[in-house]
Amino acid sequence: MSLFLIVALPFLGALLPGLMIEAGRRACGLTAFFISLTAFVGLMTHVPAVMSGEVISAQVSWLPDFGLNLNLFLDGLGLFFAMLILGIGMLVIVYARYYLSRDDNMGEFYTYLLLFQGAMVGIVLCDNILLLLIFWELTSLSSFLLIGFWKHLAEGRQGARMALTVTGMGGLAMIGGMLILGQIAGSYDIQVILQNREAIQSSELYIPALLLILLGCFTKSAQFPFHFWLPHAMAAPTPVSAYLHSATMVKAGIFLMARLWPVLSGTDAWFMIVTSAGLITMVLGALIAIFKNDLKALLAFSTVSHLGLITMLLGVGTPYAAMAAVFHILNHATFKAALFMSAGIIDHETHTRHIPALGGLRKLMPVTFTLATLAALSMAGIPLLNGFLSKEMMLETAAHLTLFDSHLLVPVAATVGALFSAAYSFRYISHVFLGPVRDDYPAHPHDPPRGLWGPPALLVVLVVVIGVAPFLAEPLVMQVTAAVLGETAEVPNIHLAIWHGVTPALKMSGIAVVGGILLLLAYAPLSKIWEALPRPEAKAIFDAIMDLFVGIAGRVTRALHNGSFTMYAAIFTLTVTAVGAHAWFTGETGAATRALLPLEPLPLAGWMLLVLATGFLCFMHRDRLLALVLMGVVGVIVSLGFNYLSAPDLALTQLSVEVVTIILLLLALNFLPNRTPAESSSGRRLRDGLIGIVAGLGSAGLIYTIMTRNFAFQSISDYHLENSYKGGGGTNVVNVTLVDFRGFDTFGEIIVLGIAALIIYALTEALLGGPVRARLLNRKPDQLRAGDAHPLMMVVVTRVMLPVVLMVGVYIFLRGHNEPGGGFIAGLIVAIAVVVQYMASGFAWADARIRYPYHGIIGAGVLVAGLTGIGAWFFGKPFLTSAFGYFRIPPMEEFELATAMGFDLGVFLAVVGAVMLSLESYARLARRSNDIVSDHAMDIDPSRDDAQTEGQEG
Amino acid sequence: MELLVASAVGVLTAAGVYLVLRLRTFPVIIGTSLLSYAVNIFLFATGRLAVNQAPILRDGVETYTDPLPQALVLTAIVISFGMTAVVVMIALGSYLSANDDHVNQREEGQPDSGRVDEPDAPRPGDGATREALQ
Repeated sequence: MSLFLIVALPFLGALLPGLMIEAGRRACGLTAFFISLTAFVGLMTHVPAVMSGEVISAQVSWLPDFGLNLNLFLDGLGLFFAMLILGIGMLVIVYARYYLSRDDNMGEFYTYLLLFQGAMVGIVLCDNILLLLIFWELTSLSSFLLIGFWKHLAEGRQGARMALTVTGMGGLAMIGGMLILGQIAGSYDIQVILQNREAIQSSELYIPALLLILLGCFTKSAQFPFHFWLPHAMAAPTPVSAYLHSATMVKAGIFLMARLWPVLSGTDAWFMIVTSAGLITMVLGALIAIFKNDLKALLAFSTVSHLGLITMLLGVGTPYAAMAAVFHILNHATFKAALFMSAGIIDHETHTRHIPALGGLRKLMPVTFTLATLAALSMAGIPLLNGFLSKEMMLETAAHLTLFDSHLLVPVAATVGALFSAAYSFRYISHVFLGPVRDDYPAHPHDPPRGLWGPPALLVVLVVVIGVAPFLAEPLVMQVTAAVLGETAEVPNIHLAIWHGVTPALKMSGIAVVGGILLLLAYAPLSKIWEALPRPEAKAIFDAIMDLFVGIAGRVTRALHNGSFTMYAAIFTLTVTAVGAHAWFTGETGAATRALLPLEPLPLAGWMLLVLATGFLCFMHRDRLLALVLMGVVGVIVSLGFNYLSAPDLALTQLSVEVVTIILLLLALNFLPNRTPAESSSGRRLRDGLIGIVAGLGSAGLIYTIMTRNFAFQSISDYHLENSYKGGGGTNVVNVTLVDFRGFDTFGEIIVLGIAALIIYALTEALLGGPVRARLLNRKPDQLRAGDAHPLMMVVVTRVMLPVVLMVGVYIFLRGHNEPGGGFIAGLIVAIAVVVQYMASGFAWADARIRYPYHGIIGAGVLVAGLTGIGAWFFGKPFLTSAFGYFRIPPMEEFELATAMGFDLGVFLAVVGAVMLSLESYARLARRSNDIVSDHAMDIDPSRDDAQTEGQEG
Repeated sequence: MELLVASAVGVLTAAGVYLVLRLRTFPVIIGTSLLSYAVNIFLFATGRLAVNQAPILRDGVETYTDPLPQALVLTAIVISFGMTAVVVMIALGSYLSANDDHVNQREEGQPDSGRVDEPDAPRPGDGATREALQ
């Protein structure tokens, strides 16, 4: 099976459980199981090749310019981890099927689980560190969802957040480290990086890269001092704990250390940091675990401790230690997953995980007892179980290790760690299962159904088989070790065996087991002392730090985002001006290269009018009606200016938009106060004026400089001018640009315009559906109403004008391709013609005569434009490719037909619909249900003679 | 000529910014409209100015003004209408619901801070409602 498919299967499969839950819990669980099984079987097809030393890879270039490629590769290490992830994943899926109660949303659970599984498989199979980072963050996110799966539990939510914060922070650090690593190696492909050991270790950036990457690994794998999140993640459902904390999430950091072992390890820095962190974590985790009264907390800290052990082994940097680490990863995954599942069974059956409330379960739950005991003994390192073998190898390594110039430090610490480990394992057995049967369990315990004990049983079988016959696991361990070592060293030529003779390791092991038993015997007094000792509470410290940051963030946010729009605008304006000024004063401007156009009297007059109108606008803006008039003046001059400066299309557009904007603002002003009260002090006005002047000087200076200089580079405009007729079939280059060269932009724009109109419609509906409606209906006009609501002259003129204006609209539309005009302008003109009908004859009169809803017109416009674009597909051309031809139908002259016209028709319809829908929505605010509208143009006040009018109609 | 256009952009920007910094919705909207003019002229002018060189291809005519900024500004004008319409609707909605057309949230921690008693501010809606209820 393709490696891509193996990674993609869990992600694709994640879509299914949510659907399959409709078919029942059984179907849902089976679906998730078979997805994992398929991926697992697919993985297994590669086993023969990988075991013979091949490396399988699959490559797709994704963003080669950034060195980000979808490259996957499968070697011994990847295979080993992928087997653990998928294999234990299947067991967890079966277990969860029976563990989750009917109140839990099983579909959601399996979706998260499969997402997580996919991300983990992605990490271990990917051959690109950037891709690895993506999968890395995906595991953080999906584990957040899993840990917080029981959303109703505060501990679950807090634990999930803590895990995400810590691992996410580490992930950020790792991004930095990985980028540095890629820079040194000159490639982001892992296989290439692994070849560059000398280059990387001799680089002066090696230490920063190492520290950042280790930060990521240590946070993920819960190494001291980042170990505290793991126990809090135990608020998750037990299947999640069994999965995340035995074989997957926390092993991701270990995996990465093993993956990058050939290039990162072997230096003093690596040895000191990794070995010490591992050693401290191992001893500290084990010590805390002994005194935990929550079953899962005990297991959580034991996991922390064992992760420390593996980290320490990886830190040593010898092939033998690496082999021990690999072997212990396998052993720990099997016995720890089994132990978590047993803890889940006990919790499930007795309704408690509190160790002092348990005891004597041996007789009540014999199956669980057997499984848990074997797994716990393996954890304690008892011979004939797999934990013993790798622990021996660890002790063997530790016995010869010198750290901080001490020959005793590591051996003693390792023995103490193993002793504590034996102690909590024995406590797990004796305090839960041994002792007299009690009569105060919260529930009546008995062995669970097969579905719950089956998965741990399978794992325990592995524990025993590997423990008794270690040679069975030897080929795998050898192959994985070879993959970890890469080309740096030979795989040690030793055999995994139970008996090596009376070695120092065996003596240390013996001390640990005996010491563990003694410690357990003295548990009661020791526990009292432990409780009395002052200990730093990790969660309290974490919360305090978080509160500190939240406080700072809150203060900054409140200071900047204080609800004052005016301040935002001022900050924005000043920032833009300051950045622009900085660029201006630090950059260089060449000398003016363009001759200025001569100054003529007509534009000068227009300019004076514009400046005067704008000046008056600033001083008189409190009179809102006057402000609108002045704004209209400015708009008209701007359009005249466009016309003067060779932009007839812009002039037409600006003029027609000006009309609809003013109508719109008038409609709005109908409801708003007519005057703006004087509120700001003169000092404030002066300040705002200064800000405005600074901004104005900046923009004026900038555009003046641009206009007096020629283009620094060849402009693409020449291409448009040359190809407008040849390629687009039109002589109006602006229109051809809109409907052809940049048709896709225009397509987006009409959609935006349509959305804006729909927003306005929706807001109107929301307003009219709420308390505002009553206020609007009872509103007293704040100005005198005209005696004739629909003036005779206006009604008559507008009705006569309508067909004329529509014809003009069609004319403007049709000629648009070759002369000034086109869909935008024609749309605006037709909209104005219709709006004028509303104004003259009244809303109800006009509304009754509109056959098509404006929403539909917008939709039709977008659809027509889109379909015209899609039409190109049928001729094998890309979206929106246009075609044109010339036709002749006698007796008319030859004319042109272009597909761009269909597109322009779409633009036209969308503009008409959008403008009309907006204005109509505004108008509806003013409408009352009892408005009486006459059909007769001569009626000045239809309410005056209602009966007669109706009579005539009848 | 260039000086006229540049100074017009400057004047419109200055006035636009000044009005945007006012405290009520209506002048802010007028201000954004002025800023739209300024920005549109600015973009248009980046194509450099030309008189009587409209980008309509004619036989025998060799020089045309830059058509590209014109095409961009044309859609910008239409879109700015859409934007103005939405902003005005939002302003109107908030005024009609809260009877207040201030653009700034007044005081920190005051949930209904939009509504502030101000004797000098005209409040037609309220008065009308009260009268109608009587």
